[in-house]
Amino acid sequence: MKKTLTALVAAALTLTTAPAFAELVVPNLSYRTGPYAANGIPYADGFNDYFTLLNERDGGIGGEKVANPECETAYNTEKGVECYESTKGNGALAYNPLSTGITYQLIPKVTADGITLYTPGYGRTSAANGKVFEWVFNFPANYWDGASVAMKYILDQEGGDIKGKKIALIYHNSAYGKEPIRTLEELAKKHGFELSTIPVDHPGQEQKSQWLQIRRDKPDYVLMWGWGVMNQVAIQEAVNIRFPMDHFIGVWWSGSENDVAPAGDKANGYKALSFHGTGMDYPVYADLKQYVIDAGKASGAGDQVGTMLYSRGMYAAMIISEAIRKAQEMSGKSNVNAAEVRDGFENLDLTEARLEELGLPNFAQPIKASCDNHGGPGSAKVFQWDAAAKKWTEASDWIESDKDVLGPLIAEDSAAFAKENNITERCN
Amino acid sequence: MFYREAGDFKTSYGEDSQTFPIKFDRLRYFAVLAIAFGVVPLFINDYWANAVAVPFLIYAIAAIGLNILVGYAGQVSLGTGGFMAVGAYAVYKLMTAFPEVSIFIHVILAGGITAAVGVLFGLPSLRIKGFYLAVATLAAQFFLVWLFNKVPWFYNYSASGQINAPDRTIFGVFVTGAQTSAMAKYLFCLVMLTLVALVARNLTRGTVGRKWMAIRDMDIAAEIIGVNPLTTKLSAFAVSSFFIGIAGALFFAVYLGAAEVGEAFGIQKSFLILFMVIIGGLGSIFGSFAGAAFLVLLPVFLKNVLVGTLGWPTDLAAHIELMIVGGLIVVFLIAEPHGLAQLWRVAKEKLRLWPFPH
Repeated sequence: MKKTLTALVAAALTLTTAPAFAELVVPNLSYRTGPYAANGIPYADGFNDYFTLLNERDGGIGGEKVANPECETAYNTEKGVECYESTKGNGALAYNPLSTGITYQLIPKVTADGITLYTPGYGRTSAANGKVFEWVFNFPANYWDGASVAMKYILDQEGGDIKGKKIALIYHNSAYGKEPIRTLEELAKKHGFELSTIPVDHPGQEQKSQWLQIRRDKPDYVLMWGWGVMNQVAIQEAVNIRFPMDHFIGVWWSGSENDVAPAGDKANGYKALSFHGTGMDYPVYADLKQYVIDAGKASGAGDQVGTMLYSRGMYAAMIISEAIRKAQEMSGKSNVNAAEVRDGFENLDLTEARLEELGLPNFAQPIKASCDNHGGPGSAKVFQWDAAAKKWTEASDWIESDKDVLGPLIAEDSAAFAKENNITERCN
Repeated sequence: MFYREAGDFKTSYGEDSQTFPIKFDRLRYFAVLAIAFGVVPLFINDYWANAVAVPFLIYAIAAIGLNILVGYAGQVSLGTGGFMAVGAYAVYKLMTAFPEVSIFIHVILAGGITAAVGVLFGLPSLRIKGFYLAVATLAAQFFLVWLFNKVPWFYNYSASGQINAPDRTIFGVFVTGAQTSAMAKYLFCLVMLTLVALVARNLTRGTVGRKWMAIRDMDIAAEIIGVNPLTTKLSAFAVSSFFIGIAGALFFAVYLGAAEVGEAFGIQKSFLILFMVIIGGLGSIFGSFAGAAFLVLLPVFLKNVLVGTLGWPTDLAAHIELMIVGGLIVVFLIAEPHGLAQLWRVAKEKLRLWPFPH
């Protein structure tokens, strides 16, 4: 049995060595199954569609077509390893696994293999320190920025004084959910609010006791670091205990259309952060419609276009494509390799003007990366769900994170990583 | 014709009680070992090591461990994931606290620590059995996962609660961390598995194993003929947990490199390994290998066929894969309730008679 299976696997693998039909390979480690699929699908679709647009409209990047071999991870670290190993051999230029757990595993691997890991708004926060994390980029914002922006917004709502207020954090009990706690603890010291943290275990379908606790403690605000089915359940439970929705703020991973939809009209007023715009009002969608959607080349079912997470998948694809473009510019050739793409990321200069050229005016903050800055501007907007119109409306302008608090934390955490792994700082 | 006892004369007690009494079996066993140690390492690459070989070897260790408890001693356990977590966190604490000590020793020590924890959670087995014991071990699973999440000391106070395996070497060759070659990973796990399988096989053939089986088959009768249930049950828990702890330590340090307890060592892991043991065959070392191979290789194989060869969308392939694996499990259990090991046994019986079945 064992031998036959091994033989069959061998046969299958020899068959799977796909022909290299494109020169630029950006694998898409996605998840369209399991408890996190509701959030994984729009992101993967947006990511694929943007590259399809580049291929169809411009003939790729700098004349080179881009391929996005997709691999299903189901948000599972073991499958993530399998996906990474199976795709890295085809000349992969950058990875975007959309999972903090998989990111933690891949950080040492990409560093050894020399491939860029791009984790916009997730992953290891201290990777913002390019001095230690040479191959990892997490601009434009990270979890600690998110925590700080949310607190600044609350400060603003409360007229600048939140002393003695009670703030609860309901979080996915994993590396992802635990990331903001340290920042929030620091901020609690600084601003004098009372922080309580409430974990929800994977996958988060059962949250009755957590919300009972919230109902009993009556916090003034609830922050959420949730993902997948946990978001939908949390919003529904908040509705059930009649928690005021405009005092319930999710990080950018807890604010998609699919998260608020199950609670229906009751979810009206729910707030979530985002580091980019959303909706179909950008000129790029005209091209996207012409070249991708109407041409029948849309990824997945094509029903997620223009949603919050679709926009985020598109954002990640846009940044990766701009980094490749920069790499081509710097190396003077179109067929760039993984090391050149890393240099492209490090020298990325995304200006307002460039965003407008791309058909995404005011979609995101400009980014200027450098050798030591892999973290970007770290600002985000607050969006509010309008259940009647079924769309996210902007509830604030760009809010910048509190760098005075975050800087030392990032330095401390990256120094610990450098010490553990005997890394000497670069860029000095 | 080739596969028979006749003509294979044994002249000493040692030869008479060897593991493989049939010459063909012995040759096959040495051939497998020679290929596994001598040929595979030359050809193994990152993909084969990380996606196929290393997970198979590690799950086989865990399955052997659980098989001792469930298959040989008859004590149902749903705490395997939790015990693997003990192994993983023990090796992490040891690796970071004593970086100068060899990782090999750390892995063995992690097994020892898990054995102690296993004995502790095995104490209820003296009073309860069957489904009730399963529930007690389920409590161990949830308690241990909760503990490793709750107490920051276990993950060295890192911000995210993740544990990351630092680089460690054996004889100057990296076996953990990112610089590890595919060959080193594979060989390290293979050596561990070989040791574990040898120990397990010989334990189950000797006094200890016979006591376990006596307790499994009828505990009251066993007690009457002089088998001490206290030491027998607890030794089963200790040995089983020792192996599972080694598997957990390798799973974290060599295979994943970074882990968080809820995701890597949750209740799904307990069930997965229990399924391996049941599908492979209860009370059989070979069954542990077969079960691990079935549940590790089949999904990877199906994924490569459906997505790679047939070009199906990844989500459709993932769903079909679940259905095929689930369906095959049901078919196997209906067709052969004693698992893959029984198919192997039947095949061997037939081979002995071949080519004259009557």
